[in-house]
Amino acid sequence: MFKNKFYLILFLLLPIIAKAELTVEVVGGAAQQIPIAIVPFSAQAAPTQVAQDNISPVIGADLRLSGLFRVLETRGVASQPHTLSEVKYSDWTSIQAQALTIGTVESLPGNRLKVSFRLLDVLKQNQLLAMEFNITPAQQRATAHRIADMIYEKLTGEKGVFATRITYVNKENGRYSLQVADADGFNPQTVVSSKEPLISPSWSPDGTKLAYVSFEKKKPVIFVQSLVSGQRIVLANFKGNNSAPSWSPDGTKLAIVLTYSANSQIYVINADGTGLQQVSFSNGIDTEPEWSPDGAFIYFTSNRGGGPQIYRMPAAGGDAKRVTFEGSYNVSPHLSTDGKLLTFIKQTPAGFKVAVQDLATGQVQTLSDTTQDESPSFAPNGRMILYATSIGGKGSLAAVSVDGRVKQRLKDTGGDVREPSWGSSQN
Amino acid sequence: MKKSILMSVLLAATLAACSNNAVKEKPAAPVVDSSKSSQTSQPSAPAKEESASTASAVQTEMSVNPLKDPNNILSKRSVYFDFDKDEVKAEFRPLVEAHAKYLVANPNAKVIFQGNADARGSREYNLSLGQRRSVAVKKAVNVLGAQDKQIETVSYGEEKAKECKDETCYQQDRRVDIVYENE
Repeated sequence: MFKNKFYLILFLLLPIIAKAELTVEVVGGAAQQIPIAIVPFSAQAAPTQVAQDNISPVIGADLRLSGLFRVLETRGVASQPHTLSEVKYSDWTSIQAQALTIGTVESLPGNRLKVSFRLLDVLKQNQLLAMEFNITPAQQRATAHRIADMIYEKLTGEKGVFATRITYVNKENGRYSLQVADADGFNPQTVVSSKEPLISPSWSPDGTKLAYVSFEKKKPVIFVQSLVSGQRIVLANFKGNNSAPSWSPDGTKLAIVLTYSANSQIYVINADGTGLQQVSFSNGIDTEPEWSPDGAFIYFTSNRGGGPQIYRMPAAGGDAKRVTFEGSYNVSPHLSTDGKLLTFIKQTPAGFKVAVQDLATGQVQTLSDTTQDESPSFAPNGRMILYATSIGGKGSLAAVSVDGRVKQRLKDTGGDVREPSWGSSQN
Repeated sequence: MKKSILMSVLLAATLAACSNNAVKEKPAAPVVDSSKSSQTSQPSAPAKEESASTASAVQTEMSVNPLKDPNNILSKRSVYFDFDKDEVKAEFRPLVEAHAKYLVANPNAKVIFQGNADARGSREYNLSLGQRRSVAVKKAVNVLGAQDKQIETVSYGEEKAKECKDETCYQQDRRVDIVYENE
C-alpha cells in the first residue's frame, strides 16, 4: 500500500522535458542602447570531437532581449578577431561599436570544452573583462548566460539576470503543469502536472524549492517540492482553502492563506508544516501575503476597506497600514529585492495593468500596454517585471522594465501560460 | 399539509432510489403524479398515469424529483454576483429561499456551494472572493434553517472561468453553483 503510493508519487513527479518552449521577443528598448559587437567565437576542431560555437549567439540574444543593448551586425566587418592580437579597433569604431566581445571554443580531453571570452572597450581600446570556462558540452547555454551577465554588469553597473530561472504554469490539453525554465524560456522542465488547477508557485529564497497550490485533492492544498530531489511535502491541508504561499526571506517560514475561519486570513507556518499561527484578523478577505526583503513586514491584499487594496503589517501580526490609494482595485503585491519598489496589478479604465509604486514617495506608474495582467514579480536585479497576460485570447507571459520602456513577450507554442514567478540567480 | 408534503417527498426519494429495472418489474404499480405535491408555487407539468388495475392500491403521490424538474425553481442552480461583490442580490432571493426550504424539508440532503469569479484580476483574490460568495449563499440558507452539517462551501476562484471578451460573458462566471450530493 505504502509502496504503491510511493511509486505513484514518483511517477507524478518525474521531471519530463516538455516539448513546448517559450520564445522571447522584445518590443521597444531603453532610450540609450549600448552598441555592442559580438564576433562569432572561433571553434577549433579536435581529433575526437568538434567544438561548436553555441555560445556567442546566446550572448547576443540575451543582451538584445534586455533592451539595453543594440547588438550590431558583424558579418560585413573586415576583421573577425578571436584573440586580443587580432583586434583592429578602427574596424569597430567605423560601425559605431562601443563594446566588442570576442572568444574561442576549444575541445579538451574527456569531452570537455574550453570557452574563452574577452570584453573590450572600443573607444578606450582596452580590455574590460577576460575569462575562461572549462565546461561540459551540456553547459554551453548556462555558460553563455553567465558571460552575458558579466558583460551586462560591466557595462550597465547592474547585475544581470540571464542565468536565473522562472517558473510558470502551462495549461495544455486539459492538463496543468508547473514548469521551471531558464529566464530566456529555454530548457523547460515539468515540476509537477495535474488534471486539476495549479496556481501560485513561490520560490524558496535559495532557489531549490517551490511552494505551490494544487487542486488535485479537489480543493486548494499547499505543497512544497524540492527541485533537486523532486520530493514534496503537504505544507498545509487544513479545513477550507489553503493557498497563496510566500517564503520568508530566510527560508524558514511561509506566509499562507487559509479559510479555516470561513474568511481568507493570513497565517505563518514553518517550512516543515509545523507551528501554524494566524497573523491577520479582519472581516474581509486578506490574501496574497508577500514578505518585505528584511523579513520585518508582510504586504498583502485586503478588501477590509471595500475594494481590494494593498496593506502592510508587521510580520508577527499587528496593525495594518494601507499602502495603495490610487484606484479601487489594487492586488498581487510583490517587492523588489531592495525593498524600494512595489509592483502590483491595478484596475484602470483601460484594463488590469502592471503598476509600480515607489514606496518612499508613493508615486505610482502604470507600465504595461496589455489589459488582462496578473501575477507580477521582479527580476532579481529589480529592473524587469515578469507577469501573465492574455495575448490573442491565450494566456501568455510578458515582461516590462520598471521604467516601462522595454517590453518582452514570452510566447509558448503550446499551451495557455500563467502564474509566472521570477526566481533567484542560484543554481 | 406539511406532513403530507414531507411524506410525498420521502416517498419520492425512496422511489427515486429504486432503479429503473425495479420499476419495470412491477409495471402495474400505481403511479400517480400529482403536481400539488410539488413544494413550489410553480406547478410542474402533470405527467399523469393512472393505474388501470388495482383500485385498492395505496394512494401514492410521486412527483418528479423537484431538483431536476425544469419547471421547479429548485432546478435553477446558479446565483450570480456583481464584479468584486459577494452580496446575494434581491433577484436571487427566491432561488436561495427555495433551496433553503428544500434543505429544511430534507434534513438528510447535503449540498455544496461552489463559488466562482470571472477571470479578471488576481487568481488568489478571486479564490477568496469565490469563497466569500459561497459563504454568502450558505449564510442565507442558514438563516432560513438549513443546518451547517448539510452544507459544504468550496471555491474554484477563476479556475473554471471562460475565456471572455465582454461583460455578458464575465457575468456568467461570477456565480455560486448549487450542487447536491450524489448529483
